Amino acid sequence: MQTHKAKRVEIIIEAVMEKRLTDALEGAGVTGFTVLPVRGGSGRSGAWSRAGQVSRAGGMSCVVSLIRPEKLDPLLEAAFKVVERHIGVVSVTDCDVLRAERF
Amino acid sequence: MDAILSLAADNLLSPIILSFVLGLAAAYARSDLSVPEAVAKGLSLYLLFAIGFKGGASVAAHGIDQTLILSLVAGLVLSFSIPVVAFGLLRVMSGLDTVDAAAVAAHYGSISIVTFVAGSSVLTSAGLEGEGYMVAVAAVMEAPAILSALWLIARSGARRAMDGELMREVMLNGSIVLLVGAFLIGWITGADGLAQIESFIVAPFLGVLCLFLLDMGLVAGRGLRQSARLLTPGLLLFGVVMPLIGSLAGLAAGMLIGLSAGGVSLFMILAASASYIAVPAAMRVALPEANPSIYLTLSLGVTFPFNLTLGIPIYLAIARIATGG
Repeated sequence: MQTHKAKRVEIIIEAVMEKRLTDALEGAGVTGFTVLPVRGGSGRSGAWSRAGQVSRAGGMSCVVSLIRPEKLDPLLEAAFKVVERHIGVVSVTDCDVLRAERF
Repeated sequence: MDAILSLAADNLLSPIILSFVLGLAAAYARSDLSVPEAVAKGLSLYLLFAIGFKGGASVAAHGIDQTLILSLVAGLVLSFSIPVVAFGLLRVMSGLDTVDAAAVAAHYGSISIVTFVAGSSVLTSAGLEGEGYMVAVAAVMEAPAILSALWLIARSGARRAMDGELMREVMLNGSIVLLVGAFLIGWITGADGLAQIESFIVAPFLGVLCLFLLDMGLVAGRGLRQSARLLTPGLLLFGVVMPLIGSLAGLAAGMLIGLSAGGVSLFMILAASASYIAVPAAMRVALPEANPSIYLTLSLGVTFPFNLTLGIPIYLAIARIATGG
């Protein structure tokens, strides 16, 4: 099966910033992404859980985007402007995808 | 004094408070008891709809006068000004830096709709009824405190912009839209509308509130367990003193406007309560440097339980004495 090189960008960000992030991604020409719920975790800012949140203020979301390697820098620049001051994790991994024309 | 103690004792042994205490105790005991997120959301939607609708129906029954406008203006003024007082107190009592103090102050200028709902039910149990439009006053008191907090930050030179998107999110957050929307529906449909859905929004109300407060107890208990170490004696004292100061501001506003004993009580409850839904979300966007563990734990873990158990009976007793009601 023919596969193609791509980048998988995973951004875990505060739920209140999710819409701002996806807007920034779209503004950078990244139209394909998936938003996933996140159940809980722990980090520099302490432990948290999706259960028992009275507002979105304490929740987190995960935005995953698979893109062509040449789109990586514009995406990261757009994402950084949103996540710079906020709790979260941005990671980039190499991956292979089928149907390159979709990315 | 006897009246306050008697009311406090009745309140402490009511099903809603005991449900909250159950949640608090379960969280401290590390029980796996939890209210599913979707259920908790459903319960809050129900409570907001019911309280809004009943407020609107009450306005339809009693009519409106200039006290409605005056109450809305007073609510706005209180929400703008309480954070300034809270900020000053925090700087003196707690030693928090400017950003954390401003973020905490915003919570105390805004309101807790659950405290308002619980207070309304205590009022009903005590045979009092507040002006129905206090629901609208609650809605207008949600957001101004956020602007005050950003202004306090700006004064220190670290400008934080309140962008249009954040303003829209705050003004149109789901709680405000549902509360105001249900209020308008209740106002438009009046007694007839209330009669049609009374079996849904009146009879089950206290039971639903019990379940919701059970969840709030769990959330508050878990928050306290995780973050209690952040609460210095100064902060703890602030979490109890500030609602009392806010309630006195509410008392003055209610008395000046000429509200009933129930209305004055509700004004005191609103001014004494601290937000833990709308403002934390706004602070995460506008002031991400502020530590959420401090403002959430203080608001939800200290001030909310204080208001629920002791504050509401105290405010109610003071309002009765002040108004002769």
